[in-house]
Amino acid sequence: MRKNLKKLLTVGAIGLSFSALVHAKTELTMYYPVSVGGSLTKVVDSIVADFEQQNPDIDVNAIYAGNYNDARVKALAALNSGKPAQLSVMFSIDVHELMDLDAIVPFDEVISTPEEKTWLNSFHPALMENGLVDGKTYGIPFQRSTIVMYYNKDMFRAAGLDPEKAPSSWQELIDMGQKLTKKDSSGKVTQWGAMIPSTGYPYWMFGALTKEKGHKLMNQAGNKTYFDDPKAIAALEFWQDLGDKYQVIPKGTIEWGTLRQNFLEEKTAMMWHSTGNLTAVKNAAKFDFGVAMLPANVERGSPTGGGNFYLFKNATTEEKKAALELVKFMTSPEQAAKWSIQTGYMGISPAAYQTPELKEYVSSFPPAAVARDQLKFATAELSTHQSGRVRKLLDDAIQAVLNGQQSAEQALTSAQKQADRILSRYR
Amino acid sequence: MFKTYKAQAWLLLAPALILLVAFTYFPIGNTVWRSFFGFGVQMGDYLSDENYARLMEDTVFWKVLKNNLLYALVTVPASIVLALVMALWVNSKIAGQSFLRLSFFTPTMLPMISVANIWLLFYSPEIGLFNSVLESFGGSGINWLGDPDTALYSLMAMTIWKEAGFFMIFYLAALQTISPDLYKAARTENASAWYIFRRITFPLLMPTTLFVFVNALLNAFKLIDHLFILTKGGPNNATNLLLYYIYENSFSFFDTAYASALTVVLLLVLIIMALIQFGIIERRVHY
Repeated sequence: MRKNLKKLLTVGAIGLSFSALVHAKTELTMYYPVSVGGSLTKVVDSIVADFEQQNPDIDVNAIYAGNYNDARVKALAALNSGKPAQLSVMFSIDVHELMDLDAIVPFDEVISTPEEKTWLNSFHPALMENGLVDGKTYGIPFQRSTIVMYYNKDMFRAAGLDPEKAPSSWQELIDMGQKLTKKDSSGKVTQWGAMIPSTGYPYWMFGALTKEKGHKLMNQAGNKTYFDDPKAIAALEFWQDLGDKYQVIPKGTIEWGTLRQNFLEEKTAMMWHSTGNLTAVKNAAKFDFGVAMLPANVERGSPTGGGNFYLFKNATTEEKKAALELVKFMTSPEQAAKWSIQTGYMGISPAAYQTPELKEYVSSFPPAAVARDQLKFATAELSTHQSGRVRKLLDDAIQAVLNGQQSAEQALTSAQKQADRILSRYR
Repeated sequence: MFKTYKAQAWLLLAPALILLVAFTYFPIGNTVWRSFFGFGVQMGDYLSDENYARLMEDTVFWKVLKNNLLYALVTVPASIVLALVMALWVNSKIAGQSFLRLSFFTPTMLPMISVANIWLLFYSPEIGLFNSVLESFGGSGINWLGDPDTALYSLMAMTIWKEAGFFMIFYLAALQTISPDLYKAARTENASAWYIFRRITFPLLMPTTLFVFVNALLNAFKLIDHLFILTKGGPNNATNLLLYYIYENSFSFFDTAYASALTVVLLLVLIIMALIQFGIIERRVHY
C-alpha cells in the first residue's frame, strides 16, 4: 500500500512537472477596489504574492482600480477592449447588472470536486445573499462588511454614561445622543451625539434603518423595490428627525469621506460606518473607543456590504480553473483571518474565526467580532437590475428629505414610481 | 504638375486629418448614431427618438442643464476678472513680485483631484478651515457641500480659484507686449489711471480676453474632475453638471444610448457657444 502510494506520488509529481513544462504559465488579471482608508493594496499584494509562491504555474496580475464604481468600469472596459481579465472583486450588488451584460458565470459551473462544493457552502450565509441569483452562486464574499456603530468611550464617561453600554434602541440613541451633544455659550454645537453619513452610500445607511424597522427594500430577483412602504417612510422620517427634531446629528447631508476624520477629531461621539474602517480607526484613535451593533427599532439590523469575487465568462476553461484556485486561496480561513485582522473587514467564514490568529485577535480586541455577531441580523444590500440608476433614485430621495426639500413620503413615493418604470421590463 | 501638388498637399495633411477623423469626427458621428439607434449598451436596428423623448421628461437633466448654465455664468466672468486684477497687480513693480506670481499660479499646477481632496477638508462642516475662520468671527458654521443652497456656489469658488491663476499667465504675457510708449504718452496728457486702463490697457488686451473667455467657457462644461471627490453631483443633484451626468449614465448606469443623447445636447450647447463667440464677439476684437 505504502509502496503504491509512493509510486503514485512520484508519477503524479512527474506528471505535474511535465504539464508545467508543456503548458505555459496561466496568467490571471484581477481588478479590485478599495473603498475605505488604510493601505489595503499592500495587504492584497502580499496575499497574492503568497499565492504565487504556492502556485508557481499561475501568474496573478492584481490591479487596484479605485472605488467600487471605478473597479467595475475598469474591469468591463478591459473586457470590452479585448484585454484579458478572468476575475475581479466588484461590488456585491453589481450581480444583476453583470448578468444582464452577460459578463459573468456562476461558480457552480466551474467547481467540480465534492471538496469544492463544501467550500462553496463554507461561508456565512448572510454574505451569500447578494451573490445568489436563481439558485446559483455568482459572487464569493471577499471584502465584506456590515455597518457598525463606533463610539467614543471617553465622551460617554464625560457625559455620565456607561462606556460599556452603547445605545441598543432608537430611543436610547436619541436619549444618549442628546446627552452627548454639547453646545457652547452661543448655542453652537461643539460636539455631536452621532453622525450617519448621507453622501457616497446613503441607500446603504437607509438599508440599515429599514431593516431595523423590519422591512426589506427589494426582492431577491432584483426586479421590484419597496421604497414607498410605510415602514420605509417611517425609517426615513426617523433619520430626518434625528437632525431636525432631536438635534442629535447635524442637519443636512453628512459627508462619507470625511466622517472618520470627524470621529477621530472628537467632533462626534458616535458614527455609523463600515466595519472596513476598524483597523484604520484603531490605529489613529487617541481616545478609548468601542464598537457596537446598530441600535434596534423592532429588531436589530444592517445590510451587508462590500465586494465579492466574480468570474468572467470569456476566460478559457483553464483560466477559470486557475481563477477558482486563486479565489479559494484568498477566501481560505487563514487568508481571511489575515485580511480581517489587517483591515477590519469581517472573516467571511465561520472557520476563519476558528483560526488561532483571529481567535487571539478577537479576544484581545473584542470590537473585531461585532460585525460577525451582527450578521445574524443582517440583510442583503440594495441590489436590482439597473442598480446604478435605481440606487441613485433612492440616494437623491434621501438627500432631498435630509435637506428639507421634500417630505419622506413625497420623495420615496416618487422614487418608487420611477424605479417601477425602470424595473417593469425585468418582471 | 498640378496633380502631384495636390497629392503632396493631401499627404502633408494626412497625419492631422487621420487623427482628427479617428478621434474627433468618427466618435461624434458614432455618438449621434447611437443616440438614435441604441438602447442601453446594445445597438438596435431601428431609428427611434426614445432617448430624446426621455430627455424631455427627465427632470434631473433639466436641473443639470440649469446648474451648468449658472455655473458657467458665474465662474467664467469671475475668473476672468480675477485673473485680470491679479495680472495687473503682479505686473506692477512691487516687492516680492515673483513670489506673488508663483503663488497665484500654484493652484493651476496642482492636479484637480488633489486640489479637490484638500478643499473637501476645507469645506468640511466640523473640522474644516472655512468654518473655523467663520466661527472665530462669531459666525455659525455652514454645511458648504451638504446644503443644496450653497453646494454649487462652493464648487464655483474652488473652480474660480483654480482657473484664475492660469488665465493670469495669459494676461501677464499680453500686458508685457503693450508698448510703454503708449503709457508715457498718456501720462504726459495727465490721464487718470482708470482712463488709461479703459482706453489703452483693456482694448489692447481684447484678443487675450477672447482667448481666455473661450477657454473658460469650455472648461465650465468640460472640467468635472472635482465633482468626483467633492459631491458626486449631490446632494440631490444640486451640483450635478452635464458632463458628470453623462458619465453617470454611461458608466454607472451602463446606459450608453441615453448618454449619447446627452452628449449630443452638450455638443449642441458648445457649438452654439462657439458661434456666438466667433461670430459676434470676435468682430469687436482689434488684433
